[in-house]
Amino acid sequence: MRRIPKRSRVTVVAVAAVTAALALVASGCGGGGGGGGGSTSASSGTTTTIGKGEGSLNVIEWPYYTYKSFAGPFEKQTGCIIHRKDAGTSQEMFALMHANGGGGGGQYDLVSASGDASLRLIDAGDVQPIDINQIPSWKEFLPVFKSPPHNTVDGKHYGVSVQWGPNTLIYNTQNVSPAPTGWDAIYGSKYKGKLTVPNNAIQIADAALYLMQTKPSLGIKDPYELTKDQLTAATQLLISQKPLLKRYWNYAADEIASFKNGDVSMGAGWPYQTLQLQGDKQPVKEIVPLPTTGWADTWMLAAKAPHPNCAMKWMQYVTTPKVEAQQAIVFGETPVNPLACPYMNKIQKGSCAAYHLNEPASYYNKIKFWKTPVPQCGWTTKQTCMDYNAWVQAWAQVTG
Amino acid sequence: MAADAGVIETGPPIRRARLRLSGFFWRRPWLRAVGLLALPLAVFLVVYVGSLGVLFISSLWTSNSFTSTIEHTWTFANYRTIFSRAGPYLHIAGFTLEMAAVVTLTCAVLAFPLAFFMARLAGKRTRALFFVMVLLPLWSSYLVRLYAWQTILAHNGAINWALNGLGLPDQNLAYTNIAMWIVYTYVWLPFMVLPIYAALERIPDSYLEASADLGARGWRTFRSVILPLALPGVVAGSIFTFALTLGDYITPALIGGTNSDMIGTIVYQNFSTNLPFAAAFAVIPMAIMGAYLLIARRLGAFEAL
Repeated sequence: MRRIPKRSRVTVVAVAAVTAALALVASGCGGGGGGGGGSTSASSGTTTTIGKGEGSLNVIEWPYYTYKSFAGPFEKQTGCIIHRKDAGTSQEMFALMHANGGGGGGQYDLVSASGDASLRLIDAGDVQPIDINQIPSWKEFLPVFKSPPHNTVDGKHYGVSVQWGPNTLIYNTQNVSPAPTGWDAIYGSKYKGKLTVPNNAIQIADAALYLMQTKPSLGIKDPYELTKDQLTAATQLLISQKPLLKRYWNYAADEIASFKNGDVSMGAGWPYQTLQLQGDKQPVKEIVPLPTTGWADTWMLAAKAPHPNCAMKWMQYVTTPKVEAQQAIVFGETPVNPLACPYMNKIQKGSCAAYHLNEPASYYNKIKFWKTPVPQCGWTTKQTCMDYNAWVQAWAQVTG
Repeated sequence: MAADAGVIETGPPIRRARLRLSGFFWRRPWLRAVGLLALPLAVFLVVYVGSLGVLFISSLWTSNSFTSTIEHTWTFANYRTIFSRAGPYLHIAGFTLEMAAVVTLTCAVLAFPLAFFMARLAGKRTRALFFVMVLLPLWSSYLVRLYAWQTILAHNGAINWALNGLGLPDQNLAYTNIAMWIVYTYVWLPFMVLPIYAALERIPDSYLEASADLGARGWRTFRSVILPLALPGVVAGSIFTFALTLGDYITPALIGGTNSDMIGTIVYQNFSTNLPFAAAFAVIPMAIMGAYLLIARRLGAFEAL
């Protein structure tokens, strides 16, 4: 479905050949190889053990993604001490991974990339495939997160899904009444000057998704795979939305501040912002109008990871049901492992249902998860879709 | 020459060698200059000029939209995109220029009376106090000051609180270009006050006395003596305020609204995935500053620095 640059395909083949040869020599030893990070072909099916931890694990993360409350036991068990570099945006994450020659620069092991950055990281060669069979919990995942197109390319897993969440419509219950029912609330003029949306080119997908409902004649099949005309239509919608907005928010904290300051009454955001605001006793609620866009995050292994064993151990640990539940409650997001449900309810009553972990499969089909736009559309063989650079330029047209 | 030689012939060997060396350099001033400047000049050439050169060269390349790697094919495509009338970039560059000009003008208008008071009217203690007041904001981080302004300008912030107290209606200042104008003026003001102060302080009292002796009143003296002599200071300050505004991207992100993208914003949005385009757009403020500095030199700004 997606093109892998020729050179890297050759490299992958070469690495596979070398790995196979080594495996013959030292069968059973498995894993632990320097840059390979114990990764063999995903199709091998055998469960290999991961070598001894290197004592250190350097991650680029969304804040709280290796929070002490659930990462502490991991550090004790494995001796892998976590060093964190927090990123505020997908843009920052990509830049950090791509710096110093790319692949994490030989400094970083893991990155908790969202879907709007993960394909870019794969295409840029900054991350490497892993043997998914070494992550036992992976078999328990919701089907939609086992091999999602934003982290699995040509059957190769460039990391493991960890958590997800929908993009939500947050509103101030005192200033907005009646409560909004759908995304049309942020395209209508009723709350002109009191609205906010993220300052991110991927926001174009939200407009495209809205157009899928309201203007079927455009023929949009996938909000992340837009032809030139479809991209123009989405851009036009966003330009017409602009006079209604107070601001475009850059960081989650910015949106929280705008709600608190009374500058904004309604906006697109994540459950994280809602939880933070509600924690501060703000009169704020959110709805998840379906269909909606959403994000799904992947722990990805850096191509030049200096501590691949610790990285693999972390991916094993963080996807287990109990830890999934802990992280979900800390950050305000949803596990990819449904076995986390009872643990969530134990921490916070009714949280499994509140975070939609008990929904049927049809629910997940209504959430269009972020993925990086590429020229190759999935629904046609022609390379007629607009790539990410075109989206960034279109976004500049909107905000500029 | 002959006397020199005489001294060298008679001293102890080390002293003789030292004198010979200094004589060697004394006779060749150009070599002295090279010795002094070699290291700073090398750093300047490599780090400053070199990186600017690389910036310009990479602006003529393109980036692979798949892998974000740079493709070394020569093209003006990036510049064509920037200067295309259909695209947003000319408008953004224009807005950035406008903002820089307005901020510079506002800073000059505010800074001049302040600097004048400090340089010519204030006593020693008052002057010291004013210096501290002007420089005090620079002691805290730029980012902290921006966030402070966010709360001041907010809907339920200090400004609206004060307005309501006076019985006036709320103002929607937060996240507007006016908010950016206020904040820029605040953060760059010290960079305007100091050069103007330096220029005003250098005007000899005798000039003002002479002007008075020739029958000029206060206004005439100001217009014909003080202003022309202080102008290089104003221009020097404007170089700072103009250049700082031109390159900034944080204020548009934190203080700006929906029409506040500046050149820096676009560079920031593009640098990780489309470096050549970011480089091309970064060349624009450099070109503007280059032209600005040429004009500033004409106005004698560099003598006031």
